[in-house]
Amino acid sequence: MRYTIDDLLPIFRDVLEDDGITLSETTVAADVPGWDSMNHIYLVVAIEKRFKVKFTTYQIQNWKCVGDMLSELNK
Amino acid sequence: MRIAILGNYATQFLRRSLVRRARSWGQPVECHEAEYDTVDMELLDEGSATYAFAPDVIVWHESTLALRTRFYNTPPAEREAFAEAYADRVGRLAERVAERVPSARILFPNLSLAFDDNVFGHYGLKIPSSWSFQVAKAGHLLHALAARQRNLFLLNARPPEGAVEVTDWTQVVNADLHFTPAYLDWLAGCLETVIVTLGGRFRKCVVLDLDNTLWGGVIGDDGMEGIQVGALGIGKAFTQFQKWLRELGRRGIILAVCSKNNEETAREPFLRHPEMVLRLDDIAVFVANWESKADNIARIRETLNIGFDAMVFLDDNPAEREIVRRHLPDVLVPELPEDPAGYLPFLIAANLFETASHSANDGERTRQYQEEFRRQELSRSVTDMDEFLRSLDMQASVTPFREEDVERIAQLTQRSNQFNLRTVRYTAADIRRLAADPGCETFSVQLSDRFGNYGLISAVIVRCRPDGGAAAIDTWIMSCRVLKRTVEALLMNEVVERLRARGIGGLAGEYLPTPKNALVAQLLPGLGMAADGENRYVLRLDRHIPLKTHIRKT
Repeated sequence: MRYTIDDLLPIFRDVLEDDGITLSETTVAADVPGWDSMNHIYLVVAIEKRFKVKFTTYQIQNWKCVGDMLSELNK
Repeated sequence: MRIAILGNYATQFLRRSLVRRARSWGQPVECHEAEYDTVDMELLDEGSATYAFAPDVIVWHESTLALRTRFYNTPPAEREAFAEAYADRVGRLAERVAERVPSARILFPNLSLAFDDNVFGHYGLKIPSSWSFQVAKAGHLLHALAARQRNLFLLNARPPEGAVEVTDWTQVVNADLHFTPAYLDWLAGCLETVIVTLGGRFRKCVVLDLDNTLWGGVIGDDGMEGIQVGALGIGKAFTQFQKWLRELGRRGIILAVCSKNNEETAREPFLRHPEMVLRLDDIAVFVANWESKADNIARIRETLNIGFDAMVFLDDNPAEREIVRRHLPDVLVPELPEDPAGYLPFLIAANLFETASHSANDGERTRQYQEEFRRQELSRSVTDMDEFLRSLDMQASVTPFREEDVERIAQLTQRSNQFNLRTVRYTAADIRRLAADPGCETFSVQLSDRFGNYGLISAVIVRCRPDGGAAAIDTWIMSCRVLKRTVEALLMNEVVERLRARGIGGLAGEYLPTPKNALVAQLLPGLGMAADGENRYVLRLDRHIPLKTHIRKT
């Protein structure tokens, strides 16, 4: 099974406490209000918990956009 | 409540957790977070933002990981002195805080997270210049420091085994985040417990079921030989549990029993079972009958004169727990694990009995409540209140605050919610300052009667004005154990006498209402003071007629 934007969206909305958030594969942190470095950490924790994965230091460092997160999840 | 947060790592997550938890504290909370890694500057500089914020509480959290980096940057020749230098620094900074904001408490999670580096392996504990040696030593030195530095309070920062992941090494590298958000939330929970306790809300009494809670089996069915405590069956679990409860009792937590049993049957193990740890002497109130536990707990509460929110009820039976929860929602009813071997670790991890102070006579509370029972019996046998008070043969001494009473007085200001005219909370350091302040008149009362000694049960602080104008009552508190004993009248006479000797002509007082202190709404008019606006009263001291009291002064 491949994860899609729709799997990530609820986590973003929950962590950033904003139901108006929309995401695409090319979305970057600067596009989303509230996606700062602190919330980025909460996002990583929440995604790891939801998908029962553990990202490595290299993986997280190479994320440039939401699409990078997704492709990591789908590896 | 104003909370400043300082640390040598990114503390935003700690702040966020603390702010979120503070929503349930029922008081406005303001949080100030110092810039990243500026502890020394903030605490040394008198003009710092932290001091300008005027904090009530300073949360000062140092990451052991950051400390280890500092250790690695220390020249090898200086490493043996690393722990001492560290403890000195903490002590010096705490002393600066004491000078700058005397009333602030520093909450300092200790260095229990050792992040051992195994550079020497276990052998490192024999090498004074190793990190393993120095970090352990620093932890011990901090303990010794906190024991003498009055404004420094350490927290045990190590979570119970397996409860929460402390560090995520990926996040350390990626985000310089030394602790996981989950750990910092756990730590915020510890801070919350301490801060709420400082505000005067904490537990004073534990109510115990008997069958399958204090011992294994049912005394009514299994009899003295059949119940499991000590060597029999799983009795060891109950023995350990009882020993811990006895320690709580010695510390000053009131132990009460509430059991569905015939009273005589229920008392028997306490009197005659050779392996019982708890004895009748350890139990302040013993209720065993077949009535509803909610009703019985209400009766226990009445005898002890404490709030339901100061009580914890322990019962192995989920149905009984549910009934008590439903009828007495303020009583804390922990969901005990099914296996009695788990009772003790569960309760230890829950940390239900946090305290903000301790004085040596706390452990005598049980005896005092037992004496109170005998007084209540006497009061039933006499019909006239005056006759009852006379028959008690009460004696009291009234003195200015003395050094040996400081802790107890501070504790009274923190614990008393009902008989508390203005609910001003003071630390021991505050009390010392007030005692030494020539502009304050302080009064503390020690009371005894034919049944025993109540100890120090009331305190009054009056602030005088330099111009000789009317003095003002800052604090009037009394332990509810001595309600209606005419202590207030005795004190009022004393206050008036001492103020007149100073040449003061008037006394002003006000009642500050809280949800819990309606008891003293009429205290001041009852003592002869005249109304002067809403909840405000005045007295011309030359008009004071000594009030009637049944207490002899010694």
